[in-house]
Amino acid sequence: MSAPLLSIEHVAVELPTPRGNLRAVDHVDLSLAAGRTLGIVGESGCGKTMLSRAVLQLLPKKAKLTGRVIFDGEDLVRLDAERLRRLRGRDLAVVFQDPMTSLNPVLTIGTQLMETIQEHLELDAAAARKRSIELLAAVGIPAPEQRLAQYPHQCSGGMRQRIAIAIALSCEPKLLIADEPTTALDVTIQAQILDLLAREQRRRHMAMIIITHDLGVVAGRADEVAVMYAGRVVERAPTSALFKRMHMPYTEALLAAIPKLDTAPHTLLPAISGRPPDPTRPLRGCSFAPRCRYAAGRCHEAKPELKGAEMPEHLYACFYPIRMAEGIGA
Amino acid sequence: MMQLAVRPEPLLNVDNLVVEYGLGNKTVHAVSGVSFEVARGETLGLVGESGCGKSTLGRAVLQLRRARSGRVMFDGQDLTAMEGEALRKMRRRVQLIFQDPIASLNPRRRIGDIVAEPLIIAGVKDAAERKRRVHEVLVAVGLDPDIVAGRLPHEFSGGQCQRICIARSLVLNPEFIVCDEPVSALDVSIRAQILNLLEEMKARFGLTLLFIAHDLAVVKAVSDRVAVMYLGRLCEVGPSEQLFARPAHPYTDLLLRAIPVPDPDVRPAESVATGEPPSPIAPPSGCRFRTRCPRADQQCSAQIPELREVAIGQFAACHHPRA
Ligand SMILES: Nc1ncnc2c1ncn2[C@@H]1O[C@H](COP(=O)(O)OP(=O)(O)OP(=O)(O)O)[C@@H](O)[C@H]1O
Ligand code: SF4
Ligand SMILES: [Mg+2]
Repeated sequence: MSAPLLSIEHVAVELPTPRGNLRAVDHVDLSLAAGRTLGIVGESGCGKTMLSRAVLQLLPKKAKLTGRVIFDGEDLVRLDAERLRRLRGRDLAVVFQDPMTSLNPVLTIGTQLMETIQEHLELDAAAARKRSIELLAAVGIPAPEQRLAQYPHQCSGGMRQRIAIAIALSCEPKLLIADEPTTALDVTIQAQILDLLAREQRRRHMAMIIITHDLGVVAGRADEVAVMYAGRVVERAPTSALFKRMHMPYTEALLAAIPKLDTAPHTLLPAISGRPPDPTRPLRGCSFAPRCRYAAGRCHEAKPELKGAEMPEHLYACFYPIRMAEGIGA
Repeated sequence: MMQLAVRPEPLLNVDNLVVEYGLGNKTVHAVSGVSFEVARGETLGLVGESGCGKSTLGRAVLQLRRARSGRVMFDGQDLTAMEGEALRKMRRRVQLIFQDPIASLNPRRRIGDIVAEPLIIAGVKDAAERKRRVHEVLVAVGLDPDIVAGRLPHEFSGGQCQRICIARSLVLNPEFIVCDEPVSALDVSIRAQILNLLEEMKARFGLTLLFIAHDLAVVKAVSDRVAVMYLGRLCEVGPSEQLFARPAHPYTDLLLRAIPVPDPDVRPAESVATGEPPSPIAPPSGCRFRTRCPRADQQCSAQIPELREVAIGQFAACHHPRA
């Protein structure tokens, strides 16, 4: 197998806070091949956004990063600012939850698109304009020519996200990181945007990371899913394998706790009791142990490693994985 | 189970309610002629996308926003006609729970005082009695009064703050609560806890609920009947299971198909939805959904569709409902 496009190696991120050091990302290893989609799922505060920011090298100034982020053969952690700037926006693109994070409110949409294009590609103004119109059309913006003269505030939230996607796609990135790209949008618009991302991803043979709190968003759209809890990846597998059999109790509990469309009204939902641990007070054992119904002595003493058993590409961090052999742990 | 022939007298009966906002010299048609009823002990779910008027409707029912026209009958009395002391008295029987639990708690007041506040406003003078009530509702929502009563809101997580809000809403022993997106701001793993709690409180205190949310699965989990709203109007109302199994209105259908299902074997339907909702400042003529509706025709732009019964207990406002 050829080298992956992205390889996240033992990445940890610490943030100083008044309450002590907060370990936002706790030694994560992940990799992604060209043209593939990885879903990173987790609740707020689990470290998924910090991890994506570590990849993009867009961490807060006071954050401390260790580990390596190898993208297309280079370690981004060691890259100088100028090289990074040129990489981001071209080979490495990002779409945020709030499209206004990447849009400039005082510039027209046309200016923003054309600036990005001309900064990274050698195109004259006319060609950049033509490309901008094509991109807006590709992301489903009606009357793209007229849009070029408009400002972001003149567009709806869904339109703004489409424009942010158009900008992200403008230089044919090798990797697109979409951080909760549809969380702020309505469900009918969300479906449109997810379809759009999937279509462009296939067409451009681009690798994509979708970060979300919604298992439903990744189920039909990611090749592989990594579940994060308290800064760590606790389970990782090809999507179909993961949904067929979840080994890590947190993943299973999370899926079970979501009301489904076929849940009958007034059924008691299998809720997860308690809440995630305080990230400034890391636990000695498994972070999920206090909420886990399978937890036993060992779980409170040591951290289970992320590893595979019967299926090498299905990894989980658990001493007592679910249903290895009728409830008997490994 | 046997179908009851007569529905009990509804606790709440909303008739042709119209609520508008002025915006400069324009008018936002937030709620445009909405009618529905909620039986005693029932939970009616209200779903719809952002800006369709759910919160406005909920607030207008409670008279926190006055309607331009229409009636809100609560237990046989017209709330829209009430004022002053009469309205204040009535307000004890109805409560509101908000989406953002943290923002809806005064950051400088202790939890015990926050929960006791409705009692003070209602004129409960006996401090011991107030303390007893606060204790009772905090226990009911799963909090330890001895630990939480003296603390400030920032010491609690979102889920715990929502428990506190629920306790506050229960302290006056209300009959009816409007829950406006009570779990939307909470993490997935916390949502189920709060939904279960609401169900438990409902059974225990004999509550009637109007449960507002934009997540259909969440609404279905707690609702006997569901009302679907689009751009200020109701599209469809019906028993939860039936409505989800056989949506008659094209918008309900669209919503249902747009939901991402946590099952990789269910392939997402490719771009079921087209377009975006128009502005409530200039809603389309006729059916407000017609600009996005695959079944729209001439009649849809000419004539406003009324809610009509399409199956037992299921009503749709559409000229071409699915049979
Ligand atoms: N105070 C106000 N002044 C002017 N317009 C308002 C006001 N409050 C709400 N609106 C408008 O009224 C319409 C209905 O708003 P409302 O908040 O009731 O919708 P909603 O369904 O609760 O939306 P969400 O799902 O985002 O909470 C929207 O177009 C909104 O912008
Ligand atoms: S009335 Fe017409 S436009 Fe409205 S939902 Fe029915 S078919 Fe569609
Ligand atoms: Mg609202």
